Amino acid sequence: MTDTIRTLASDGFALTDEERRAIEHEREHYEQPQAACIEALKIVQRRHGWVPDAAIPAIAEVLGVGVADVEGVATFYSLIFRQPVGRHVILVCDSSACFLNDYEALRDALSARLGIGYGQTTGDGRFTLLPVCCLGACDRGPALMIDDLTYGPVAPDDVAELLEGFP
Amino acid sequence: MSVARYHSQLRQSAAERRAETHPLTWRLREDGAMVGLDEYVAKDGYAAVREVFDRQSPEDVVATMKTANVRGRGGGGFSAGMKWSLTMKGPDIPRGYLLCNADEMEPGTFKDRLLLEQQPHLLIEGMILAAYANHSYYGYIFLRGEYVDAARSLARALEEARAAGWLGRDIAGSDFDFDIVLHTGAGRYICGEETALINSLEGQRANPRDKPPFPGQSGAWGKPTVVNNVETLCNAPAVMRHGADWYQDLSADVSEDGGTKLYGISGKVVRSGLWELPIGTTGRELLERAGGMRDGRALKTWLPGGGSTGFLLPEHLDQALDFDTIGELGSRLGTGLLTVVNEDQSVLSLVRNLEQFFARESCGWCTPCRDGLPWTVKLLQALERGEGESGDLELLDKLADDLGPAKTFCAHAPGASMPLQSALKYFRDEFERGVAPPSHAAQADSTPGFIHQQVR
Repeated sequence: MTDTIRTLASDGFALTDEERRAIEHEREHYEQPQAACIEALKIVQRRHGWVPDAAIPAIAEVLGVGVADVEGVATFYSLIFRQPVGRHVILVCDSSACFLNDYEALRDALSARLGIGYGQTTGDGRFTLLPVCCLGACDRGPALMIDDLTYGPVAPDDVAELLEGFP
Repeated sequence: MSVARYHSQLRQSAAERRAETHPLTWRLREDGAMVGLDEYVAKDGYAAVREVFDRQSPEDVVATMKTANVRGRGGGGFSAGMKWSLTMKGPDIPRGYLLCNADEMEPGTFKDRLLLEQQPHLLIEGMILAAYANHSYYGYIFLRGEYVDAARSLARALEEARAAGWLGRDIAGSDFDFDIVLHTGAGRYICGEETALINSLEGQRANPRDKPPFPGQSGAWGKPTVVNNVETLCNAPAVMRHGADWYQDLSADVSEDGGTKLYGISGKVVRSGLWELPIGTTGRELLERAGGMRDGRALKTWLPGGGSTGFLLPEHLDQALDFDTIGELGSRLGTGLLTVVNEDQSVLSLVRNLEQFFARESCGWCTPCRDGLPWTVKLLQALERGEGESGDLELLDKLADDLGPAKTFCAHAPGASMPLQSALKYFRDEFERGVAPPSHAAQADSTPGFIHQQVR
């Protein structure tokens, strides 16, 4: 275990001073430092697009918590990415209201256009495609998110034009 | 660009919404922009806090909320006043936490998003009142990570409220200290479960906790903790401003439950949407407001309040959409946002979609949920392909029972069981049609589907 930690930690990964300060600032919001864990993972993800293994011990060190605790959290949450993703992440709502409005056709259109399925990234590193829980846009389904933006309703025919906005 | 950005929208004009009848939405702007501090204050905002601090004790607030019978709008329907009365408080007990559950992810639910994006000050005012009643010294708004617009509104509103002295030390000269932090999540439906939410807030995996102790006794970091839904908290200011009787009167004609409800409808209707109406409004009225069924297709079935509620039939449309009435029909009011299904839709396929959701979102803590849900999905997929085996329906009955109440730590599996059980009851013939005829079954691989599931 100790060896593993050393290997991870020596993987050339270092938090920037800014990231370290941001994580320390988040820590102030909670009674125990571990609570800042999710926010810390997001801070790392903001720079890299994902959370490399070597970031885990670095975060654990700043928060003063166990590596396994951070790793446990990092593998639980669907919006913390543990492998590289594209420049833009597409989240396709696959819940009941969008299902009734045929999100499957939208998903298939995206898949065909990008040549990838869920969990995959296009060869040019532009898009990653993922499913997501009900986006709370049921009155305008089928809905999807690209990065921070939510769209709905999105018809399969809209896909080409929509994606053009995300170089 | 032809594809529209999504923005929350209420389908009631300003003319229809009045302070006396629409406590949750009367301040909303026609243009859908956020109601800022100045506008909120000009529209009687924070008046309830001022009034309560002037004249009422925390016990008074709890008593009023109890009488008003504000039932939990996150779907549980537990009386908020009752919950507040059970929070441990006293001179020797440390002041604890108030958590606002803004982790809206229930399939078919898009109501809290509206309140969060457009009227964050109402939530903040409700949280101040709740914190006062529960002796909470710190509040967290647990917001799902995908609600980016809501996060922006809340961040701005929290800053405005702090600058104006509605948060922080000695609020409005009352000696009462309280502040709120916006905590955004990182996905996973299970975070909306009360105790999983507490674990997630603490920076742990979002597994639920065993109860007792209840959060009101020992919640976040072992302190008394109150968890309330966004809409529930948004009811508190009007209740405290106008009184429990007034609140009860809002719905007295149609329900025992008090107040109004943000109802919604989506699925195969002409115009999906959201409306604030007296709690106890019927499904038929909502369907009419939505312009009826799309393309003239007939209504087949509907879910009254999200994916974890049981299917109801067209004949149930005239029933009051309140907690007890819908409960007596064998379903749950849940979030009160209807999902409408037409005659062209296979209910079997819809249930498969729902169970896939629940299987994926199970945190894996309890065996019936972790193993029972993928097994259920496997069986439903086989039936969908017409490759079900004899005995599959009975197996699904058994699974629905094993996923039911009191067999797991939290309500995730029981929630998943509701649509399954009710679909098996009302649309059993659809499931039966998925069982392959004996000759075909004999040729098929004799290994039961669930074995495949476990081996893979």
